[in-house]
Amino acid sequence: MNIMNHLPALIIAIPLLGAFLTPLISKINDRLRNIFVILIAGLTCLLVFLLANQVFTEGIQTYVFGANTKETLNAISSGTPLVRILFEVDGLSAFMAIIGCLLPLVAVIYSWAFMKDHTGLDKYYTLILLMTAGMLGMMLTGDMFNFFVFLEITSISSAALIAFYTDKGKAVAAGFKYIVISSIGALFVLLAVALFYGQYDALNIAVIANSMQYSFLDKVALVLLIAALGMKSGLVPMHMWLPDAYGRATASVTLALIPTTLASLYGVLRVSFTLYGNNLITGNPLKQIGQIEIHLNILLAIFLVSLALITIVVGVLMALKQTDLKRMIAYAAIAEIGYMLLAIGAALSVLKTEVGNMALKGGMFHIMNDALDVGLLFLVAGAIYYATKETSLNKLGGLARNMKYTTVFFLIGLLAVSGIPPMNGFASKLLIYESVYQVNPILSIVAILCSILMLAVFVKVFHSIFLGPKQSSFEKVKEAPKSMLIGMAIIAGIIIFFGLFPQVIVNNIVTPAVDALSNPGTYINAILTGGV
Amino acid sequence: MIQWDSFLKTFDTGSGLWNPLVWATVIVIALLIVYIIRSFGKKEYKEGTEQTKPFLSGNPEGDKEKMHVKGSNLYWGFMESMKWGFDQLTKIHTGNVSDYILWFVVIMGILFIFIVGVF
Repeated sequence: MNIMNHLPALIIAIPLLGAFLTPLISKINDRLRNIFVILIAGLTCLLVFLLANQVFTEGIQTYVFGANTKETLNAISSGTPLVRILFEVDGLSAFMAIIGCLLPLVAVIYSWAFMKDHTGLDKYYTLILLMTAGMLGMMLTGDMFNFFVFLEITSISSAALIAFYTDKGKAVAAGFKYIVISSIGALFVLLAVALFYGQYDALNIAVIANSMQYSFLDKVALVLLIAALGMKSGLVPMHMWLPDAYGRATASVTLALIPTTLASLYGVLRVSFTLYGNNLITGNPLKQIGQIEIHLNILLAIFLVSLALITIVVGVLMALKQTDLKRMIAYAAIAEIGYMLLAIGAALSVLKTEVGNMALKGGMFHIMNDALDVGLLFLVAGAIYYATKETSLNKLGGLARNMKYTTVFFLIGLLAVSGIPPMNGFASKLLIYESVYQVNPILSIVAILCSILMLAVFVKVFHSIFLGPKQSSFEKVKEAPKSMLIGMAIIAGIIIFFGLFPQVIVNNIVTPAVDALSNPGTYINAILTGGV
Repeated sequence: MIQWDSFLKTFDTGSGLWNPLVWATVIVIALLIVYIIRSFGKKEYKEGTEQTKPFLSGNPEGDKEKMHVKGSNLYWGFMESMKWGFDQLTKIHTGNVSDYILWFVVIMGILFIFIVGVF
């Protein structure tokens, strides 16, 4: 058996197996359990990188569970309905999976010291690995029903992790809110899947996309999917669960939660660009208003850009108002999601043009950068809480004297998330500003102004927490433990690397994802032409 | 396979260029200049003596800990002038999960009107 032929299955199977073995190993020794979980997360990461390399060099990879892939694809191409779970990994899936495996790995390394005083860690690590398997499944699957199943796995494990501090009412309340919005969102996704199945007798994304008639029911399904996945992505005004969840979960969980939110954003992209990809611009416009032809891409672009602008402005302003560090970073994360959607929305409006391509590159690159930048800030917030048991900006101060490395990591995260050169956030925001400016200068101006406000927000935080005289209450505060510093250092290192060599990242990781978005036909043909 | 020379390439943004390595070099040079200027400073400076005490028009210096500007005091003027906006934003964020779902329904309704109804 050649392992390389089974990478998509192994990427899900290994964290799943690890999740169920963790409680058993936990019975033997806590240290052994921690090592085991880090190894499982590391192995998953390695497999994702191998798969991504395959995708970037050889093209789309397909995998059929419980059957011969080639035979199954041949059967589909001859018109036989597909009754098997099929994974289809293109540049977009591989790109998202890289984020989806990296952050949980850092989270489990960070957790070693951060969670050591807590009980119930067997459940904690089990849930983190389950969540990883779920979100990677969402990113790799080529089947709509399977997407729903993985969405549910991710949601349930995430909700349990958010409510991990069961002795704190607010954490439990945040977990409850998360499961409510997740269940309702998932319910609408399931309804949309049922609509597709009822019409096309298919659940496979490529098969549905190929058969898509853009009928009344297809329109309803589009609305349900975009609204449900948009809510799970944290789009304003459906974002309110996000500060609760991010703010109340432990820092390590918040880091692992970021890619789950992005997995929903991936869902929005997959639905808009692949599932409805052939209907975005067609020969017959949806409506003609004077000389202007309204196509689906314009409708979606108007919707996404409007929500993106509101998301950026509300996110930044609410961040400015916060006095709790974690809630403040959570609102900043919401604003960053707005930047991604602004670029994606702008790209939709000028689809298949050079500007549209650049906007997509900016948006996709920013997805990765945001996960890293916001993730690092949450880890720093966790380190501060670990050292001081405090997250209020009104009580903290002068910590740069006690926590030198943490201060440097925060500074890196601050500069990156605010888009200050030469950090990674600048490179992606530069792409977004330039391309969006060519679509409409006002959009770009608003985005830049909000980025300046974002810098102001983080300068406030930096001053409140790290600068100023030593506080007597934090006299004995010590630097965060090594495993937490290692976790922060890994992300800070990647941020600096991405910032110094953005062209390498864009050429090798971002461009394949953008190509996958721009050419839905490639995704569809990989299934319908028998994998040839 | 990633080529080594690709690491030195200038970042092409479609309509512009950006070379972070040049920027990083400029930062290093600027830091060096700052360090050189700093080395011209007075050598007789002694920490913990009268030299380091601030002069506040002859008034005694307050408790350092209390003089730290706290988080909610920063940008107070901006927040105060935008109070009407912040109040509205705060009012929307009720923390009630029923309201969260209400917003979801509102957005879905708008989408229904435009995608299913009008177009």
